[in-house]
Amino acid sequence: MTTDYTATHATSGLGDDDGTAPEFTVYGGDWSEVAEEAARLGGQRLVFNMGPQHPSTHGVLRIMLEVEGERVTELRAGIGYLHTGIEKNMEFRTWTQGVTFCTRMDYVASMFNEAVYCMGVERLLGITDDIPDRANVLRVLMMELTRIGSHLVAIGTGGNEMGATTVMTTSFIGREETLKVIEHITGLRTNNAYIRPGGVATDAPDDSIAMIRAMIPKVKARLDELAYLQLENPIFKGRLKGVAVLDLAACMALGVTGPILRSAGVPYDLRKSEPYAGYETYDFQVPTSTDADAYSRVVLRLEECYESLKIVSQCADRLEASMGEPIMVADKKIAWPSQLSVGADGQGNSFEHIRHIMGESMEALVHHFKLVTEGFPVPAGQAYVAVENPKGTLGCHVVSDGGTKPWRAHFRDPGFNNLQALSMLTEGGQLADVVVAIATIDMVLGGVDR
Amino acid sequence: MSDANEMATTGAGLDAVVPEGRTLINVRKGQFVADADTSGYEGLTRFVYSPAAAQRPFGSWFDQVVDVLEELLGDKAADAIEAVVVDRDQLTLHIARAHLVEVCKHLRDDQDLRFEFCLGVSGVHYPAHSGRELHAVYPIQSITHNRRLCIEVSVPDADPHIPSVTTVYPANNWHERETWDFFGIIFDGHPGLARIEMPDDWVGHPQRKDYPLGGIPIEYKGAEIPSPDQRRQYR
Amino acid sequence: MTDSAPTPPFIVGKLEDFAGWARAGSMWPATFGLACCAIEMMGTGTPRFDIARFGMEVFRGSPRQADIMIVAGRVSQKMAPIVRQVYDQMAEPKWVLAMGVCASSGGMFNNYAIVQGVDHVVPVDIYLPGCPPRPEMLIHALLKVQELAKEKPMLRHRKEIAAAAEAAALAATPTSDMKGLLR
Repeated sequence: MTTDYTATHATSGLGDDDGTAPEFTVYGGDWSEVAEEAARLGGQRLVFNMGPQHPSTHGVLRIMLEVEGERVTELRAGIGYLHTGIEKNMEFRTWTQGVTFCTRMDYVASMFNEAVYCMGVERLLGITDDIPDRANVLRVLMMELTRIGSHLVAIGTGGNEMGATTVMTTSFIGREETLKVIEHITGLRTNNAYIRPGGVATDAPDDSIAMIRAMIPKVKARLDELAYLQLENPIFKGRLKGVAVLDLAACMALGVTGPILRSAGVPYDLRKSEPYAGYETYDFQVPTSTDADAYSRVVLRLEECYESLKIVSQCADRLEASMGEPIMVADKKIAWPSQLSVGADGQGNSFEHIRHIMGESMEALVHHFKLVTEGFPVPAGQAYVAVENPKGTLGCHVVSDGGTKPWRAHFRDPGFNNLQALSMLTEGGQLADVVVAIATIDMVLGGVDR
Repeated sequence: MSDANEMATTGAGLDAVVPEGRTLINVRKGQFVADADTSGYEGLTRFVYSPAAAQRPFGSWFDQVVDVLEELLGDKAADAIEAVVVDRDQLTLHIARAHLVEVCKHLRDDQDLRFEFCLGVSGVHYPAHSGRELHAVYPIQSITHNRRLCIEVSVPDADPHIPSVTTVYPANNWHERETWDFFGIIFDGHPGLARIEMPDDWVGHPQRKDYPLGGIPIEYKGAEIPSPDQRRQYR
Repeated sequence: MTDSAPTPPFIVGKLEDFAGWARAGSMWPATFGLACCAIEMMGTGTPRFDIARFGMEVFRGSPRQADIMIVAGRVSQKMAPIVRQVYDQMAEPKWVLAMGVCASSGGMFNNYAIVQGVDHVVPVDIYLPGCPPRPEMLIHALLKVQELAKEKPMLRHRKEIAAAAEAAALAATPTSDMKGLLR
C-alpha cells in the first residue's frame, strides 16, 4: 500500500488559510491503516528551516528539519550558500597565484589548504625531496599553529552556541596568541599565502623563536582554562555526553575522518601513516578515544592542541638550529624570487633583492620577471596528495596540461564529507542536540562549498 | 620546457592522434591566449598527453594490487581495466564504466586490498579528447594497508553516464552530486542526484571548460580590465 | 549660563543629538558572518579587540532586534536573496557595513558564483576593504558608522535631507570619470 500525503499547509506562507484540510492520496490497502497513518502524520510534526543565516550553524548552512515535538525525525543539510568557484578561478591563474585562492577555502585553517595544494604541485614538478629542511620546519610550524587556532575556534564557537560565552572569549584569546606569531612571521593573521610551491614565501625574523617560546605557556594556560571550565561542568557533560554518537561502522561507511573517526577508536592520522613535510621526525602522539560522542571529541581536540604545542616547541628548536638556511627550493626557475619587506611607501620587494636583480645578476632579473608574469610550467599529468586537516583528511587533485596554469585543481574537504553524517548524528535525537552535532562535526562552510 | 608528455608540431591543421591508453589533455596553440599572438610562437601547436600506460613490473605494492584485482575479476579483467598508469609514485587504474561498481566492491571487500575509504569524486573535462571528454577520478584509501590509488573512469560528452558507487561507498553521495552539478556527469543509481552547490534552477555546469568564468570587467577611474578568462594571458 | 549664577539642573540639547548618541552607543549587529571576514569579526568581539567597549558585542540572531548588518564575507548567488530578506526584516534605523573586499566589490572572486559587491543587493553605508580587514580596521569602520548614526536626521526634515543628498550624488562626477588623480 502506498500513501501520498500532501499537507497543503506545510509549506505555504502566512495568511494562506483557505480552510482546506490535508490531502491524502491512497492506492489500495486497508482503510484503518490509512486512518492510523493520517492520525499519526497530522499530529505534532513540524517542518522548518534552520536557515543559512543563523548564529549556530557555523557559517551559511541551511538545515531542513522535520521534528515531532522535540524529537528530530528527519534532517537534511543544504549547502552551496558560500560557493565561490575557487576551483574554476584557479584555472585562470598561475600555479603560485593559485595559493592565494585555495587558502580561502577552509578559512579557519588556511595553511592546510596552501600546504596540500603546494604539495600537489611539487609532486607534479617532482621536487618533493628538494624542499629545504628549514622550509619544511616553517610549514610544520604554521600548520600546527593553525591547527591550534582551528581547534580553539571549534571549541569556542561550540561553547558559544550552547550559551557559554566565556568559553568563546577564552578560546579566542588563546587563538590571538597564535595569530600574533603567525602575523610576525608571515605578515598576515589569516589567509596568508605563505606556503608556496617550492618552499615558503619569506623567512622567519630572528626574534620569532623567542616569541614562539613565550607564546607556548600562554596558550597552554588558556587550554588549561578551557579544560577547567568545561570538562567537569555538569551542564556541559549533560549536553555533550552520549550526544551525536557515530560509531566505527558508520564512520567507515560515511568516509568520516579526523577527530570523529579518532573518537570512534581508530588512531588514523595522516601525519603518522603517510608523513609529509618531515612529520616522521617529530615526537607527538595521536589522541584517540572509544566513546564516539561529542564530549570525547572536545577532549580529543584539546589533547590535539597540547600535542601541537609540543610540535611547535620542537619547531622552534629546529628553527634556531637552521638559521640562515634557504627557505625555497634551489631551482631558480621555480623558487619564488623575492623577499618582501615594509618600506617607506608600503610593502614591496626588499632592497637587497632589488639590488641583486638590478645590479648584480641578469639571470635573477629574468627569473623574477618570468616567474611573476608567466609563472613556471609544470609537466603534464595528475597527482593526488592528502594532509591531515584539523577536521580530517584534506585531499588535493591537481591536473596539469604542461602549462603555467592548473588544468584542474579539486580539493576534497573533510567538512564536505563529514557534513553528510549530520543526518545520522541527529535523527532520533533532541532538537537542542542538533546544535551540538553541528559543533562536533566542526565543518567550515568555506571548505564545504569552495 | 620540454616534457615527455608533450608533442610539439608546427603548422596548423594537424589532427591529434591519441595513442592507446592515454588522454589528450589539451592542444595548446601559440604562446598567448589573445586575439593577435605576435610572439613568434603562433604557429606552434602542442599536443599534451597524459602519461603512458605502465609496463610490468610496476613497482612497490602496485603489482600485488593489480594481480589480486585481475584474479578477482577473472575473464572480465581485460575489459574492466583499460590501462594501468604509474606516474609520480601513484597508481591510477583506468576502469571501464560498466565494471566500476564491481571493481570498487572487490577493492573494498577483499582482504588483501581493503580499500575502505573513497575520498570522493573529482571530475575533469578534457574537451580536446573527443569521445572521452569527461573523466571522473576516485581516490581510494586503505587504512589497513596504508595505501592510496586512484580509479579513473572516462565517458564521452554525448553519453555522460557513470554508474554510482554509493552502494559500495556511501560517502560518495554528495561528491557525486557535486560532480553532476559542475560537470554534468550523470551517476546512474544515485539515490538523489540533484544540484548541491549551485542554486537548484541554475542552467549549465560551471566547471566545464566550455562554461565561461563569468566575471565582469573591472572598471577603475576610466580604465577597464576584462574578466580573468578574457584577458590576454600566457598559455 | 553665566559664571556667577548656579548652573540649573537641566541640560539643553537637540532631540536628534540625544537619539543619535543613544543609537550610536548601543548598536547591535545582526549575525551575518559569511566567510573569512566572519572569523575576524568574531575576533573583534573577543577580549583582545573588544567591541563591547562601543556597546556592540551583542550579536543578535534575529534581524528584528539588530541595528547594523555587517556583511562579513563573500556573497554567493545562492545567498543573495537571503541577504536581501534579512535586510528587509531589520527595523529602521538600520545601517549596512560591507566588510571586506568581497562584500564591497566581489573581491578577488570575479566569477559566476559571487555577487560583485553586496551593494547590488542592499544599500551600503560604509565599505571596508581588506582581505580580511584586521579587527582594528573593523573597529575604525564601526566608529565611522557610529558617526553616521549620530548624524542621522530623524524628524520631519529627514526626507528633504535625503532627497538633497541623492540629488547631489547624482549630479556629482562618477568615480569612473575622475581623471588625473594618479599624478
